Amino acid sequence: MSSVIKIENLHYTYPGDEFESLKGVSLEIERGSFVAILGHNGSGKSTLAKHLNAILLPSEGSVKINGIDTCDEDSLLTIRSTVGMVFQNPDNQIVANVVEDDVAFAPENLGVPSAEIRERVDNALKAVDMYEFRLHAPHLLSGGQKQRVAIAGIIAMQPEVIVLDEPTAMLDPKGRREVIDTVTKLCREKGITIVLITHHMSECINADRVAVMSNGEIVADGTPQAVFSQVELMHSEGLAVPATTEIMWQLNKNGFALPLSALGIADCAKEIAKEIG
Amino acid sequence: MSDIKVSALRHVYSAGTPFEKVAIDDINIEIPHGQFVGLIGHTGSGKSTFIQHLNGLLKPSSGTVTVDGEDINADKLATKNVRSKVGLVFQYPEYQLFEETVYADIAFGPKNMGLDDAQIDERVREAAHFVGVPDEQFDKSPLELSGGQKRRVAIAGVIAMRPGVLILDEPTAGLDPAGCKQILRNICDYREKTGSTVIIVSHSMDDVACLADRLVVFNHGAIRFDGTPEEVFSQPEELRSIGLAVPAATELAMELRRLGVPVSGSIYTNKQLEDALLKLKRGAE
Repeated sequence: MSSVIKIENLHYTYPGDEFESLKGVSLEIERGSFVAILGHNGSGKSTLAKHLNAILLPSEGSVKINGIDTCDEDSLLTIRSTVGMVFQNPDNQIVANVVEDDVAFAPENLGVPSAEIRERVDNALKAVDMYEFRLHAPHLLSGGQKQRVAIAGIIAMQPEVIVLDEPTAMLDPKGRREVIDTVTKLCREKGITIVLITHHMSECINADRVAVMSNGEIVADGTPQAVFSQVELMHSEGLAVPATTEIMWQLNKNGFALPLSALGIADCAKEIAKEIG
Repeated sequence: MSDIKVSALRHVYSAGTPFEKVAIDDINIEIPHGQFVGLIGHTGSGKSTFIQHLNGLLKPSSGTVTVDGEDINADKLATKNVRSKVGLVFQYPEYQLFEETVYADIAFGPKNMGLDDAQIDERVREAAHFVGVPDEQFDKSPLELSGGQKRRVAIAGVIAMRPGVLILDEPTAGLDPAGCKQILRNICDYREKTGSTVIIVSHSMDDVACLADRLVVFNHGAIRFDGTPEEVFSQPEELRSIGLAVPAATELAMELRRLGVPVSGSIYTNKQLEDALLKLKRGAE
């Protein structure tokens, strides 16, 4: 296995704080995988995310991107163009007045030749299904569309990893689906490693792996099936499980014997149908 | 009592410019006192424009809004009066905290209503209690609190005006599941104890399905559906066609029926589905 991100015993304390926000996190992320990170507000998820492209540097321990330590100042540009970040509020990430100019912003700053910028911008907008909006004004787009433009802006840098910190928190169900479908496609078709931080359990169902954070530590880590079947643990961490898992868990308390590893409506329905016969 | 009546309400943004846009058109709705209403619709469907008319923040381009039989846009005094009757909590209200202490922030509304210090104090404590803000936090700066705590303080600031109608625009957005649950419980407590009307704008079908007496669905600036959760969620295809979802329990019940499991009755909460399935299993044994 080749890992693109390797975090070892990461500790972090914000300046002026007495307590540690991260208390020894170790995590290796495989190239091309889709990893979701869950955790209650204040669990340290965003702090962890900000270490992945050297916005924050470890107080102790190390974060390596393709083997390069994020503390290595000379490699900062390499790290930032390897790992792209998308944040919660699309309005704070869009800088230009025209969609394609916004997407071109990062490659322009990286000094990419203009013919190649044109190609990268077009490809990036096509990858997020926003090509037909390339000449629109970003502020007139919907939330989901704006967030996809922000993702296109990151793709145009051709990063190996995209870290998304609650990218759907401000979106409606349709916008949410658009964004999640887009990142899933980028992972599966273009081999981009995805690290998705979210509160929405249903968004993690297609991930290869789910890591759960609590009080600055990782308390569960595995496939969505393995993690979500630990319903009691998730509840005690102030988290939910997908609605289908919650229903099966309740039914099991009342005499059903359903496998909690069934995720999603179709699989869950199949299992229940089998049980009722 | 705070009965709301909206007649032929229309709002046009940037009228007379090239950016003219009809945000809502011909909205007619009556909301009797004490109802718990869930307002749903995708982004841009007109929900936020609509709720801002209910306490006079936006003026109708045409049509009327009355609260307790009084036209809230009749004159300045009427508009001022409605502000304390209809409390509006915006999206991400924590960004609007501005006082130096939690106490002062919650007290801001009642102070503006011209109450004396004793009355203000009573209201601040009562409002803080409703949303679970402990007394120890009163002297803290709102900036020191966590996101969920800040939001509770912001909601308390509106509750402190004792509005007969409490309107919240996506009160749980961005909170973790435990935080969501707690805020919703606080809102239900407030309603139970005061009998107020509550109107919640939400993207979570599961939440509104469990809480609301009535669901109003906006689409393209008009009311597309208006009924009980049972009535509204019995039309999953139509809801999907306007970019909305149905609760997970409804979706699962539909899939089960497709597989030949005879789930009966209308299903829109987990509890209903669990009960229906337990009944089927017992019947089969």
